[in-house]
Amino acid sequence: MRVKDKGLINRAVPLRFTFDGRHYEGFQGDTLASALLANDVRLVGRSFKYHRPRGILTAGSEEPNALMTITDRAEPNVRATVQELYQGLSAKSQNNWPSLARDALSVNDLMAPFLSAGFYYKTFMWPRAFWERVYEPLIRRAAGLGALDKTHNPDLYEKAYAFCDVLIIGAGPAGLMAALTAGRAGARVILADEDSLMGGRLNSETYQIGDHTGQDWAAAAVSELTAMDNVRLMPRTTVTGAYDQGTYGALERVAHHIAKPADDLPLECFWRIVAKRAILCAGSLERPIAFPMNDRPGIMTASAVRSYLNRYGVAPGKSIAIYGNNDNAHQTAHDLAAAGVKVAAVIDSRADAQVQGDFPVYTGAEVINTTGRLGLEEILVRHNGENLMVNADCLAMSGGWNPTVHLTCHMNGRPVWREGILAFVPADDAIPGLSVAGAARGIFSTRGCLQDGAKVALQVLDDLGIKARADVPEAEETPYQISPLWAVQGKGRAWLDFQNDVTVKDVKQAAAENFRSVEHMKRYTTQGMATDQGKNSNVGALAVLADVTGRAIPETGTTTFRPPFSPVSIAALGAGAQGKGFAPERFTTSHLPSIQRAAPMIEAGLWYRPSYFPMPGEQTWRESCDREVNMVRTKVGICDVSTLGKIDIQGPGAAEFLDFVYTNTFSTLKVGRVRYGLMLREDGYVMDDGTTARLGDHHYVMTTTTAAAGQVMRHLEFVHQCLKPKLNVRFISVTEQWAQFAVAGPRARDVLNALLDDPIDNDSFPFMACGQVKVAGTPGRLFRISFSGEHAYEVAVPARYGESLFRLLCAQAEAMGGGPYGMEALNVLRTEKGFVTHSEIHGRTTAFDIGAERMVSAKKDCIGKTMAARPGLIDDHREQLVGLKPAGAVKQLIAGGHLFAPGAEAVRVNSQGYVTSVGYSPTLDCYLGLGFLKNGRARHGERVKMVDHLKGVETLCEVCDPVFFDPEGGRLRG
Amino acid sequence: MVKLVAKAPCEGLLPFSYGTVSLSEVTYDSLTSVAPFVGKSKAVADVFKAAGTPMPAVGRATGKDGQRAIWFGRGQVLLAGLTIEGLEGLAAATDQSDAWAVVRLEGENADAILARLIPLDLDKGVFKRGHTARTQVQHMMASITRTGVQTFEIIVMRSMARTLVHELEVVMKAVAARH
Amino acid sequence: MRITCPICGERDRREFYYQGAAVALDRPAPDAGPQAWDDYVHLRDNPAGRTCDLWFHEMGCGAWIVVERDTVTHEVYSTELAEKAAR
Repeated sequence: MRVKDKGLINRAVPLRFTFDGRHYEGFQGDTLASALLANDVRLVGRSFKYHRPRGILTAGSEEPNALMTITDRAEPNVRATVQELYQGLSAKSQNNWPSLARDALSVNDLMAPFLSAGFYYKTFMWPRAFWERVYEPLIRRAAGLGALDKTHNPDLYEKAYAFCDVLIIGAGPAGLMAALTAGRAGARVILADEDSLMGGRLNSETYQIGDHTGQDWAAAAVSELTAMDNVRLMPRTTVTGAYDQGTYGALERVAHHIAKPADDLPLECFWRIVAKRAILCAGSLERPIAFPMNDRPGIMTASAVRSYLNRYGVAPGKSIAIYGNNDNAHQTAHDLAAAGVKVAAVIDSRADAQVQGDFPVYTGAEVINTTGRLGLEEILVRHNGENLMVNADCLAMSGGWNPTVHLTCHMNGRPVWREGILAFVPADDAIPGLSVAGAARGIFSTRGCLQDGAKVALQVLDDLGIKARADVPEAEETPYQISPLWAVQGKGRAWLDFQNDVTVKDVKQAAAENFRSVEHMKRYTTQGMATDQGKNSNVGALAVLADVTGRAIPETGTTTFRPPFSPVSIAALGAGAQGKGFAPERFTTSHLPSIQRAAPMIEAGLWYRPSYFPMPGEQTWRESCDREVNMVRTKVGICDVSTLGKIDIQGPGAAEFLDFVYTNTFSTLKVGRVRYGLMLREDGYVMDDGTTARLGDHHYVMTTTTAAAGQVMRHLEFVHQCLKPKLNVRFISVTEQWAQFAVAGPRARDVLNALLDDPIDNDSFPFMACGQVKVAGTPGRLFRISFSGEHAYEVAVPARYGESLFRLLCAQAEAMGGGPYGMEALNVLRTEKGFVTHSEIHGRTTAFDIGAERMVSAKKDCIGKTMAARPGLIDDHREQLVGLKPAGAVKQLIAGGHLFAPGAEAVRVNSQGYVTSVGYSPTLDCYLGLGFLKNGRARHGERVKMVDHLKGVETLCEVCDPVFFDPEGGRLRG
Repeated sequence: MVKLVAKAPCEGLLPFSYGTVSLSEVTYDSLTSVAPFVGKSKAVADVFKAAGTPMPAVGRATGKDGQRAIWFGRGQVLLAGLTIEGLEGLAAATDQSDAWAVVRLEGENADAILARLIPLDLDKGVFKRGHTARTQVQHMMASITRTGVQTFEIIVMRSMARTLVHELEVVMKAVAARH
Repeated sequence: MRITCPICGERDRREFYYQGAAVALDRPAPDAGPQAWDDYVHLRDNPAGRTCDLWFHEMGCGAWIVVERDTVTHEVYSTELAEKAAR
């Protein structure tokens, strides 16, 4: 219920919302959790394993119980404690059926004796046959929290980069003071805080700073920082991970709090922040106490009770008891009493605790049981050897405070136990460049936090060479005295991990079964594996483990905290990569005319290339492909080959350089001529192939395959910079500068001569010639090379003219009975000629394997030469390139099929090779295949059987030369 | 006689603006990469100087709108809208006039837009007018130059022009929705 | 992770292509024998600690860089242009 005149909510702005279909009202400034508590809703969820009724445990991002689905956003597992209320918000509880109050699976709770730690491992082992049919479906149905809406996520997610001198993580008293100190000194500061309102615990407590309330001081600090140009405030931003060299990941919740966000507003933004230095001011988290039946709705941390009271103006109960082992818990009673809320009792485990107030106080006492079916009703207290009942609908518990050390563990840092505060504090220098200040390193008073924030900021600024001074206001020095209290003996289960239902008994059982290491205990019991990642339970669980194994806590150690600090949606991590953001699309200059001709495009790396150009009446791609092949063989075809890599190579050392990267010799190539070249990797396998033209004494232009263009460029830079740095050669990619088109077929020259300013003939432009030309008045380049086996050219013009030239070439070709052809036809044409592509030079084949060993010059060294000569890479047992033709009743060949002797069983050990490329050849009227066969070159004329087990196809093949068509090459020279 | 028709990399895609920021295509008369040969850096710098265009240092661009010399990577300068004679034998000069798409992003929050695409500190106090960098825009190799207080020129490969415009448009809208 | 390119300065790791051990700089002579070549092409140390490897500033200036770093702490000790280290 609401408490008059308390809290930072705006009562002038009421907000309507629903929970499980019922209507409620809250105020601007509420979280969903505070608004539910204001409406006396205590039961908010069911636990994962036992389906126990659960209520709100905390007031922060560490909340393990109050996970809900925001139905108007279709977003599951939202923590109600961080979800800001907005008009029309609609939430639904999870993990229950048919309803939250009557959950069928709460029968699990009755089975608890059989579902203890390790039950997964013990129960589902036998009988073996049950695993797939019974256990797995059963587990799948019961597992998981919330449910994904299986439709496309329409929300926009964003990523961004930020840079600063000092990143300050957390905007409590230490963080604000550090930010003020650094900001006033002129440093570039980023102050990030997961909350919507900066101030940390100051907004949840009734502390004084100077003459102001803590809340007012925080607000004033925020407005001073907002006015500074050099300071960026990032509220609603959780720094989720610390990474190498001062990089931090941070999740900004941009629109979760807005009722109707603008169309283009992202829901979340994932920031990569690079900071010269960082200060962790993440504060601390209060620990629950493991007493019997401590999981009833209405039992929450004491600091949460103060947050709801002081920040949200909500009393989470009508009669509130407080149970703790430290002085800090007493503040809860004072705040409640001052606000007029009934304090049922203060129970302190310490016999010598000093508590003053107008309420019952039990020192040296313990809570040993609780009752209440769907929410707390009574507490059983053991005091001076007697048991007494306390009526309370809310119990505020405090087992002490854990500094929020998580980020300091992200690079293998191990926190250190400090006995005085019974808590782990960050190890020194756990993250290079990250300092820790305030409660995050165990300084728990407001005064201490303010002073420490300023002190650490001064050290950091000094390291950065920035002059600064600190101006720290006065504040209270609140004492913090604590005695150990981890688990309370008594009948009934005492929960450590609320979400995963891990109890004190489970941890003891793990130890009894010899899972004594804290890492083993965690995995055996699932403690710490819930969405809160052990924030509420780790220290308690390992204290129980330490106790039962007779070791001290530091000796027992902790499990490792890894990123993220709190859950991050996959969509946020992948932000920017959805849809077209996944990879750039590269378009050729002929893209538009190609799609205007209805050509289906296929991806070739990042490029889009036409598969084929359908003509009216053609029903299948094969019809188009066959026509295009015939067209090139009989008339003329046009194909955009701009996607091939083109590298401009200049300098006095260019020839020597090419001789070193290619197996064959380019220093002997005449100016105005082109040569096919083969490139190896240093291990002797083929890297790439292509043609290189010599444009001048010191000027070459190399082509690479489309697929390997980037790799070859990187390789050339490697060879130059790392192996031959003294060679006087320069290279640069000109792939994008030139639009280049193949003109192939008997009438290729006729097409070109219609467009060239100065016509060519066979003498002026023989096979493998190259030169400068003018294409319709525009300077271009012409290469007489062929990938189809036909009389062919590649003509290049500056890319701005590419589309125009493609249209002209197509029109000319069409006038001669030709036209454009796509990748399918290109593949058939080159297969007919036995030309290899990366289907054949796939990284596991050598020059020897593809029958090109004679291209490895004996006269010079080159990359890969030595290793290619290894005996194992040149013996006859290797699989060698062959041609394959169907020779039996079945006429189909399939790439990927394996080759066997005709009588052999088609099993792996009998495989003699495989098929790499196939195509139906309209020229030869049959399927043709290229493949690799053991000792294949010596086996031309033999029969082998191709088997594709996946498609169930078996084809008897004749082994033949890979060049099926025009082996003499007469057509090339025509 | 037929003539070839020229088409700009971003033709039909630009200009547009969202909120305070506009995106437009920049057309330079020519783009030429210049890579001095071994031992010729000084001689090339002298030719540049004599031509009235100081050789830009690493990470710097010299010149003015329409005529710039942009540092373009290891041992490389891009002459944009400028031609310099007398480099034969001193440097590899390569015509790149059609290889790149060049756009200009201009207006308040231009830096906030780029912070969503480029993993580089572009703060006005760090990356000042006349500073340039080779880096990436999303997954695209790029060159970026601050040509004014809130003006940047971004260069990516011509074939990626459409992706560049798309990526910028998405973040321009998102940033406009925030402000 | 951030790597200081000797030319461009400190940059995000995503701008770089990772190659492998800087052993690649010491290419043996063609007649150095099978052992030397096997060492060069295939054999690599796998240290827990200091290591030298080659990175390519592919999205940046195009420099190959020798990075000396620590595989345990991820500290980067030094970076140097490969063309200088190769001399």
